[in-house]
Amino acid sequence: MSAGAPAVLAQGLTKRFNSFTAVDHLDLGIEKGEIAGFIGPNGAGKSTTIRMLCGLLHPSEGRASVAGFDVDRQPEAVREHIGYMSQKFSLYGDLTVRENLLFFGGIYRVPRQSFEERMRFAISMAGLEGRENALVRTLAGGWKQRLALGCAILHRPPILFLDEPTSGVEPEARRRFWDLIHELAAQEVTILVSTHYMDEAEYCNRISLIDRGRLIASGTPSELRARRLGGDLFEISCAPLGAAVKVLTGAPGVVEAAIFGDKLHVVLGSGGLGAADLPGFLGRHGIQAGPARRVTPSLEDVFVQLVSGGQKQRSAT
Amino acid sequence: MNLRRTFAMAYKEALQIWRDPRSLAIALLMPLMQLVLLGYGVSLDIKHVPLCVFDQENSQQSRAVVDRFVSSDWFSISHTINRQSGIGYALDRGDCIAALVIPADFSRRLSTVGAAPVQAVFDATDVNTTNVALGYAQGAVAQANAQIAAQWAASQGVLPSLVGQVDLEPSTWFNETLESRNFIIPGVVAVILSLVGAELTSLTISREWERGTMEQLISTPVTPLEVMLGKLTPYFAIGFFDAGFCLVSAVYWFRVPFRGNIGTLLATTALFIVVVLGIGYLISARIRSQLGASQIALLVTMLPATLLSGFTFPLDQMPALVRAISLAVYARYYVTILRSVFLKGSGLYDLWAPLLGLSIYAVAVIWLAARALHKRLD
Ligand SMILES: Nc1ncnc2c1ncn2[C@@H]1O[C@H](COP(=O)(O)OP(=O)(O)OP(=O)(O)O)[C@@H](O)[C@H]1O
Ligand SMILES: [Mg+2]
Repeated sequence: MSAGAPAVLAQGLTKRFNSFTAVDHLDLGIEKGEIAGFIGPNGAGKSTTIRMLCGLLHPSEGRASVAGFDVDRQPEAVREHIGYMSQKFSLYGDLTVRENLLFFGGIYRVPRQSFEERMRFAISMAGLEGRENALVRTLAGGWKQRLALGCAILHRPPILFLDEPTSGVEPEARRRFWDLIHELAAQEVTILVSTHYMDEAEYCNRISLIDRGRLIASGTPSELRARRLGGDLFEISCAPLGAAVKVLTGAPGVVEAAIFGDKLHVVLGSGGLGAADLPGFLGRHGIQAGPARRVTPSLEDVFVQLVSGGQKQRSAT
Repeated sequence: MNLRRTFAMAYKEALQIWRDPRSLAIALLMPLMQLVLLGYGVSLDIKHVPLCVFDQENSQQSRAVVDRFVSSDWFSISHTINRQSGIGYALDRGDCIAALVIPADFSRRLSTVGAAPVQAVFDATDVNTTNVALGYAQGAVAQANAQIAAQWAASQGVLPSLVGQVDLEPSTWFNETLESRNFIIPGVVAVILSLVGAELTSLTISREWERGTMEQLISTPVTPLEVMLGKLTPYFAIGFFDAGFCLVSAVYWFRVPFRGNIGTLLATTALFIVVVLGIGYLISARIRSQLGASQIALLVTMLPATLLSGFTFPLDQMPALVRAISLAVYARYYVTILRSVFLKGSGLYDLWAPLLGLSIYAVAVIWLAARALHKRLD
């Protein structure tokens, strides 16, 4: 890996399963030591992209390199430089914590003199001191995920691919997991992590938003947040929410209306409806609504708009 | 190939076998069960086959033939019947396995034509017993022939010694007592090892695909060769243990005489186990579901091993096409080797032909198996 070259580079990376395009001409560049977030709804193509980058799937088109090696032509060289945590938990449930670590340590040929120390580090990182001899299948989700991370970094890979490492893990454990990711990044490890939790986007240095196989937006969280939504964002409590979205979409002055938790987020452009007119407008359509409150957009607002914008574009063509 | 990775693989696999009741059952209980089932089912020597006699003449000469059938312990008369239709009835009811029919003109034809037919009818439901009984019947008829010839010679005033003693004792080399188990037990051992070996390894890869651990494994730098060697090592130990168990049982339990050399036996057995494990591994690598792999393994090993290895049905009595197909059945080579080592005491040099067959198989199977795992998801 030459200095200054990106750790991960993808150009026009495409994967088709028969006629279905799961990943569609994706371009990607991740610098060394960066935490790159892969964010997108279910079926967006996150796992498929990560698998291509790990050399587990042949790209149908385009090319990608990891640590300077071509993922399709030099997959073994790529595998020497990466750690991978698949989306589905994939340690051996019928082996103990210690036995799993011993196995992956052996497979990765971790130098014997540092093996004990790294194993102890992995165990303490996972918070599994005293449970070294527990069968892995008896562990709760958060511990399992941290142990899987421990196994994936035993050999100190310069690049880590983590596919939805925090899915199905309770919030406290998720936060601990992200602390670990930051500690690793501080040691110059490049990390590509996928998630469908929008709030986790804030923990990343750089975000790639993908939807239906396409890269919709990328940038740092603040860059993305600073993107103009095309108007001002207002939050409004109303019921029923679904009907409100329907009524507002396409109404004069409304750029965007989307459900956000138990409230409605509405982007208003210039001309047409103003914020003060919203409750009345909704009321006329039989929807009870409180006053509209101006809010600063979160990343999630940006994503929602980008994703639905993409859909509109597609249905128009 | 890296020894450390291979060892890590082998150790992990051994732990998993140790903690998996199903694998342990296949490894330890299946050989015992199969040995009892197959060993006793097909090989206990058949004696006192129940025989129905329909003697339509009931002369001194016809009774002499019947005597030949019962004088040895081969047959016991369960019934004497006096109607042709009684035969079918007795066979159907299972009163007898064989029926002997002597025509009413038996002694007249014997004295005029010089030969007389007797008819023997067999219940062929249990092919193996029938084969044995058929052999016995031929033996009995041969003895009766000899006796009649001697009597004829005497009546003509010729000394029996000049007519020549017509010795039609079934000629069985190497298995002098005609004990079928000496012949069958080595075949049983081969069938058990084929089955257990392929069943054990048929799960090893498919299990990892099903549990999702394979995706993690193929993302590491481990090579397909290391995976194969590592995974097969513990199974080889189990296979060797099972082989030892079967072979010791053959000698000390079924009392098959062992005339060969232990070294020859172990070397050929090791080669056979390599083939068997390799086949199971190949199946496992190709089929990603455990159930499918286990069933295919059963199909490709059990059926040909039982039918075409010469274990139950002698190969030289089969049609040419079937014999040609049987060349592909690796179990037949081991059956041949085992029988020769046990009964003839053959050494490696005598066994070059089946050894060559088995070696070709071993090389081909391992060559394919070492390449069978694709480190890709598509
Ligand atoms: N082997 C395959 N054969 C056919 N289609 C596939 C295959 N793997 C994935 N897909 C499809 O490709 C699309 C993208 O899948 P992928 O797993 O990459 O999505 P994802 O972003 O990881 O989603 P999730 O959040 O659910 O994990 C999905 O529609 C999926 O059904
Ligand atoms: Mg996924």
